[in-house]
Parts: sequence; C-alpha cells; structure tokens
Amino acid sequence: MSTVATPAPAPRRRRKSRLQRRQSRIAWLLLVPALAVVAFVALYPLGKTIYYSFTNQEFLAGIEPTKWVGLDNYRTLWHDEIFRHSVWVTVRFTLITVVFEFVLGMIIALVVNSKFRGRGAMRAVMLVPWAIPTVVAAQMWKWMYDDVFGVVNDAGVRLHLLSHSRAWISEPSTALGAVCAVDIWKTTPFVALLLLAGLQVIPRELYEAADVDGASKLQQFWRITLPLLRPAILVALIFRTLDALRVFDVFYVFFQNRPDTQTMAIYAQSTIVGDGHVGYGSAVSVAIFLIIGLFVIVYVTAMRVTGGDE
Amino acid sequence: MSAVAEAGRTIERPVSRSRRLKRSPLGKVLIKVPFWFLIAAIFVYALFPFYWAIRSAFTPDGEQFSTPIDYWPANPTLDNFREVLSTSTFQHALINSTIVAGAVTLISLAVGSLAAYALGRFRFRGKSAVLYLMLSMTIFPQIAILGALYTMITDFHLYDHLTALIFSYMIFTLPFTVWVLTSFMRGLPGDLEEAAYVDGATPLQVFYKVLLPLIAPGLVTTGLLAFIAAWNEYLYALSFIQSPDKYTVPLSITTFVGKSGSSFQQPWGQIMAATVIVTLPLITATLVLQRRILAGLTAGAVKG
Repeated sequence: MSTVATPAPAPRRRRKSRLQRRQSRIAWLLLVPALAVVAFVALYPLGKTIYYSFTNQEFLAGIEPTKWVGLDNYRTLWHDEIFRHSVWVTVRFTLITVVFEFVLGMIIALVVNSKFRGRGAMRAVMLVPWAIPTVVAAQMWKWMYDDVFGVVNDAGVRLHLLSHSRAWISEPSTALGAVCAVDIWKTTPFVALLLLAGLQVIPRELYEAADVDGASKLQQFWRITLPLLRPAILVALIFRTLDALRVFDVFYVFFQNRPDTQTMAIYAQSTIVGDGHVGYGSAVSVAIFLIIGLFVIVYVTAMRVTGGDE
Repeated sequence: MSAVAEAGRTIERPVSRSRRLKRSPLGKVLIKVPFWFLIAAIFVYALFPFYWAIRSAFTPDGEQFSTPIDYWPANPTLDNFREVLSTSTFQHALINSTIVAGAVTLISLAVGSLAAYALGRFRFRGKSAVLYLMLSMTIFPQIAILGALYTMITDFHLYDHLTALIFSYMIFTLPFTVWVLTSFMRGLPGDLEEAAYVDGATPLQVFYKVLLPLIAPGLVTTGLLAFIAAWNEYLYALSFIQSPDKYTVPLSITTFVGKSGSSFQQPWGQIMAATVIVTLPLITATLVLQRRILAGLTAGAVKG
C-alpha cells in the first residue's frame, strides 16, 4: 500500500558535502513557517493546558488568586461521578459505532468491489453522507426522530415495527442508540472507501489461482482477503476509534450537556467554557488525551504483534 | 450471496454445486437477485436522510406538521428557502463561514506546500521526526487544548472575533495539508528539478515554477478537504463565538429559530432548507472531484 512512501536510500557514511549541508539548511528554512504555526497553535497550548491542570485557574479572576494545587484536580477527577459516567457513555458509543461501521463498511466494500453496472454511481453515492457536515447530519436526523412528525416513527408504525411513536432522543433508553445511528450512517461509507482502497490493491491472480484450486468464496475471503486487507483494516479501526473517543458534535446537537448523555469532550467543554473552571476542565482534557493515547498504544502494539510475521 | 439461492438444493460437493448453479440461466438470476437487493438497500440507506431533508425543505408548514406525513410533498413550495435566505443570521453565517474557511485554507496551503516541498524533495536530518510530528498532529484531539486556547484567545482580545477561529482551525488543517501534499511531492519523478538547477534556478524558483504547477491537482483536492473541515467545525466555534452576527454555519443551523422566533415548534422546514443550501455545494464539489478526493483521503489514511 505504500506506493508513495518509498524509503530514501540510506545516506552514505561519508563526510557531509557542502551541497548536502546547503540542502538541509534550505529545507529547514522552508519548514520554519509550518513549524512555527504548529508550535504556536498546538504545542504551546498543549503545554499550557497541562500546566493549568495543576492549578485552580478560573476564567474570571476571582477573589482567590490562581495557585499551584498539585494533583488536587486529578484526585477530584478520580472520584467525579459525572466524569466517570461521561467516560462510560463515550466508551459505549465508541464500541457500538466502531463495530457496526466496520462490519457494515466491510460488506459495502465487498459489494462495491465486485464488477457490476452502476458501480461508479454507487461509489459517488457513498460519498454523500461523508460530505454532509456532522452538525448538519445531526440536525437532519433530529428532525427524522421527531416524536410527532418524524419519519422514523411514521415509517416504523406503518411497517408495524413499532407499536406506537417514541421520543427517541429524550427517552434515556433509546438516546444512545439514536446518536450511534447517526454516526454509523455518516461514517460507514468512509470506512467502506478505506477498505475498498485496500481491496483494490489485492492482485486478481490470487483469486484466480484459488478458483482453480477449488477454494470456495468464503475460504477465499478468510484466507486471501482478510489477511491482505489487514493494514487497511487497522488504519480504519484506529481512525474511527480516535474519532469516536473525542465525539462532541452529534451529542451536543442532540442533547446539549444533558447529564445522562454527556461525552468526555462535552464535559470538558462545559467545564471550561460554560462554568469557567479552566484549571479543572484542563485536567479533564488531559485525562481525555491520556485515554486516547492509551488506545493508540494498544493499537500500535497490536499492529506490531500481528504485523510481525509478514 | 449464493447461500440463499443454494438453500433449497440437494447437498453435493461444494465446488461443483456452486459451479453448476452459476452456469444455469435460472441460477444466474437467483444469484443476482440478493445482490441487487443489497445494492438497492445500500443506495437507500446512504441517500434517504438527505432525500428527507430535501423533501422537508419543499414541504409547506401546513403539511409538515400534520399526520399522517407525506413522503412526497403534495404542494411543493420555495417558501422555506425564501424565509431562510432572508434571515440575517443565516446570511451572516454563510459569509462568516466562507471568510473563515477560505482564509484557513489559503494559509494552510501556502505554509503547507512550502513544508511539503522540504519534506518531499529534500534529504536532511530530522525529516522523519518532523513527519511524525505532523502525523501525530492530524490525530490530535482538539478538546485537549481547549483550556489554553480559551485563555489565549481572551488575552489576545480575539474572543468573539472570526480571527479566533482562523487562528485555532490551523491546528487541524495545517498538519493535514502538510501530510497530504508531502505525499504528492514525493510522487513526482525523481530528477525533475535537476535541469532547472543546472540552469541556475534557485530552490524557491524551482518550487513555484516547476513543482507547484505539477501538484496543482493535489492543491485543489487538499484545499477542498481543508475547506470542508473548517466549514464543518463546531467545538471551537461554539466556544469562542458569542454574538449571532458572528455565527458560522454550524452554529446558525443548530440555533435557528426562524423569523418569528417562536420557540413552540422548531421551524423544521426552514432548518432543512438551510441544511440543503449548505450541503449542496459540498456534495457537488465532492462528486466533481471524487476521484482526487479518494486519492487524497487514502493518501492521508491508508498510506499512513
């Protein structure tokens, strides 16, 4: 899959020539603007947020001066029931959406990968949900979920799938499922496209050879498709998991900061901006950062382990 | 897929059975039916919510809020579009979003293409470190720096200014731009610049006279993806913008109350008209550039 990333030949262990030194100076000069922006917009704020998480910084300067409080914020956070619940909500959302998006995305990718008339149109159709902004998609679904005039209730009752109309968003039992459905709808095509890109680089001859040997389609899927698709699968899973863990938009459009359906990101945002507790909110942010980092480490290790036999 | 068609048949050796099924004309149809059914299901699933937004945008309020609902507007109307386009918040939002997303895209492309030139065409120490930094930035959770950004933006007196958004959106557009453009730069043939260097061109001349024209398609795609990302952003806009005349599109769509300002029933027809207006250009651009977008997306993801 790394057609572009051809590694540069190993530099000869020789004294650096004048040309090389000049080259490297020019390269760094070209990088200065980009690095400056990244440092100023990302690295410095990250450092500052970490610093804030050890202070009692408030947005509005109060009577009490801002001071270093050590690990106090993190200690409070550990026992913070609202935060724990938000982690639980986010993790459940992540598991549900990633599993559904992966399974559905795989089915769609396999279907679109086979030759049929209208395949190009199909691929174009798949880009539509992806191109719709998350917030807009959330609004569209919110209207479809309307408890009186929504199409979900209407179609459900007409098709006898529902005995009566429900308030999908305000009922706690259906709220999480409703929000997952939006995310699954919006991002499954993206997962499918990633997997499709992976499918298309698998050489045809492998399947032809398997056909000659009399392997069934199912055997071909398990023995050829899945192993060769592994890099694409892992990338899709990593991207989706990281995205799902920081989910904000859909939940906020559906529930604002309703306590029972708050994600980690919403809790952090409402603590910092809504309540002005910058110090404590920063601790929440750092915790989110660490949780996401944990997932990255797990995935990267998994990739190393499973990729080792190649 | 063939499992459904095979279900009623006698059991034989699997290979010959599926082969024979494929050869008979009836078998061909039996295999095709579930396949086309699946295609139709995917089609409807992907498009129905958008169809519903269009349908609701053309439905007058009288029909919108009455049961049983119509699946096709009996008396289509443009009233919702007219109403929403004459609302000043929405007009402002369209302009604001264009300014913010446009500025962010231009700055990212300018700064990003220079960096991509260095990363894609030069050999120097620390290159892979810079590449890793950019890659880790593309998966950086925006929420992680909200606290510091919030106080920084207030300190610079940028709170409730569009500049605050242009500033903060760089965090996700720039690393992405650098990453994707680098892969475009690397994709160019190896000794492309040499002739120009022999003729005495400076690196900067090589950059904008030789390389930039060659990666122009890449610039368009990357720019479009950056533009869409900035156009869609919600978290920072919600946190750093307060007055309705500074709202970006996502903010205005989620807080839309219509002209009457009635809070009894949300003006869903108008909201859907707004979503159609906002989404249509994005979908059109995406479809026109779909091949390149797929290449760009997979360069950013699969090749990671």
